[in-house]
Amino acid sequence: MAPVTLLSTVGLSRHFGGLRAVDNVTFELAQGEVRAIIGPNGAGKSTFVGLVCGRIAPSAGRIVFEGRDITNLPAHRRVRLGIAYTFQITSIYGNLSVFDNVALAVQSAMRNGVRPLASEDGVRPLARSASAKVAPTEARGLTPSSELDSRVSDALSRVGLSDRGDAKASTLSYGHQRLLEVAMGLALAPKLLILDEPTQGLSDAEVAGFCDLIRAIARDATVLLIEHNMDVVMQLAGRITVMNNGAILSEGTPAEIRVDAAVQRAYLGA
Amino acid sequence: MKLLRLAALPRPYAWLIDPAVILHVGALAALLVAQLVLSDYAILSLARVMVLAVYAVGYNILFGYAGLLSLGHAMLFAAGLYGAGLSAAHLSFGAPEAFLAGIAAGFALSLAFGLVALRTSGVAFMIVTLMFAQAGYLTSLYFADYTRGDEGFVLRGDIRRAVLPGGLSLDLTNPVVRYNLALALLAVCLIGCLALVRSPVGRVLVAIRENEERTRMLGYDTQATKLLALVLSGTVAAAAGAAYALLFAYVGATFASIQYSILPLLWVLLGGAGTVLGPLVGTVLMFYLVDVTSGYTSAYMLVVGVALLVLVVWFPKGLLGTLRERAMPWLP
Repeated sequence: MAPVTLLSTVGLSRHFGGLRAVDNVTFELAQGEVRAIIGPNGAGKSTFVGLVCGRIAPSAGRIVFEGRDITNLPAHRRVRLGIAYTFQITSIYGNLSVFDNVALAVQSAMRNGVRPLASEDGVRPLARSASAKVAPTEARGLTPSSELDSRVSDALSRVGLSDRGDAKASTLSYGHQRLLEVAMGLALAPKLLILDEPTQGLSDAEVAGFCDLIRAIARDATVLLIEHNMDVVMQLAGRITVMNNGAILSEGTPAEIRVDAAVQRAYLGA
Repeated sequence: MKLLRLAALPRPYAWLIDPAVILHVGALAALLVAQLVLSDYAILSLARVMVLAVYAVGYNILFGYAGLLSLGHAMLFAAGLYGAGLSAAHLSFGAPEAFLAGIAAGFALSLAFGLVALRTSGVAFMIVTLMFAQAGYLTSLYFADYTRGDEGFVLRGDIRRAVLPGGLSLDLTNPVVRYNLALALLAVCLIGCLALVRSPVGRVLVAIRENEERTRMLGYDTQATKLLALVLSGTVAAAAGAAYALLFAYVGATFASIQYSILPLLWVLLGGAGTVLGPLVGTVLMFYLVDVTSGYTSAYMLVVGVALLVLVVWFPKGLLGTLRERAMPWLP
């Protein structure tokens, strides 16, 4: 069966004054892929995914998602279509409980009639935790809804934060905050999950657990990953796109990219 | 604090033993009973305080929950005040019709105001709202032929008697009638606000206050939600203004001045921004602080200033906000 294109961009550009942050990028992502975007600092990776999820308006070009032109769609409408984005710099609701953070994502998905992603029984929870039940939502003044409860619990257990539901999000460790953000992404049940440098600042042990989580997520969703950690990229990505100076330099399987002379020049400056 | 267990009652009735519902209904019931023991003067002043508390409840929807600091709400309060007062004085509207006219004026003005002002955020939003309110104030002076400007006008005659559909006639010069009408309006707004903040929309408002960009990237139309908050807030403020005009029979440009944009902010900060009861607590405290101290000294504003300083230093989240943080996390 030929792969179905989930996302494509045609001639996508974004100029900041004279700087061509993203320059005429034509890109295709097939459904079910785990794709990594790599490149030196300032290559335009974050700007590119910012254009895809709608945080940044393009200067030129088109973005097509599931056959539909979404170039002029505001960001929140793209999220409703199934594009979820996790921030490069952790962006959670620090003053709200962990549970409420995820509940806001679930509420958004439920309002749009999105079914949850199938949860994987065999997945090892990331953070070490007992399988404590999360208290009912009434305690937090949320709209009582057993479906909301169970979907939040499910997302939290998938990242291993089940027993932290009542904690104020800002009190979590940095690694757990990143996991919380992934849980919020998962709770949206997206078709495309965009992760902007998810392992930045995590310990080696946390990175290993994170890779397991991404593999589990990839069974239900397409994953687009910006990553600097080459071990993570080589482990996870089915294909890799290399960006440099706002343009796509090369694209291929991890093995192909490893031996690509142009990529080596861009990285090593040889 | 241990929460009441809600599992004991079937779900449709669970709200009956919800501590938040009990607290808010209890506060309103206390105000209802209070008129039996209060002095005539207290009934007179508390009616006024309750109408102003409605204004604060409206202000709190935008400031306390959506996190938008408006310095222009006097314009919306005055829209209700003039909408009711002018239609009563010049169009011979009866009291109920004039009240609705005030609310309609506030709704329309908040919608137009929101569509423009919400294109900005942060400090720019504060300045834009301030400028709008200043324009509103100057407008009320400009049309002095109708509004009589600073001097204002007094509502007299038939308008002091509200004939409700069904034939019930209420004498608005009677302090007890005024007290109960003010309380009824406060009850509707307070319970409405409680329902709003516990609804899914209320959760999104708080989410916008805490992290707007994150909320947008969870798929919420934050711009539309902020507009909704502003229109609700402005309409409640206008309802307070309309009630003020009809109950106390005076309509003047002072209510459109900057002072009346700052006051609800102070009341809400004192009582606790982002708490449902905070605006009422803050308005009552501030009123009696001024009322009591002005009996002893002409420097009563100094006392108020010191009280506000104490508040900022020891209770930065207001009285109920601090209480929620330290002892009652369930407080909405």
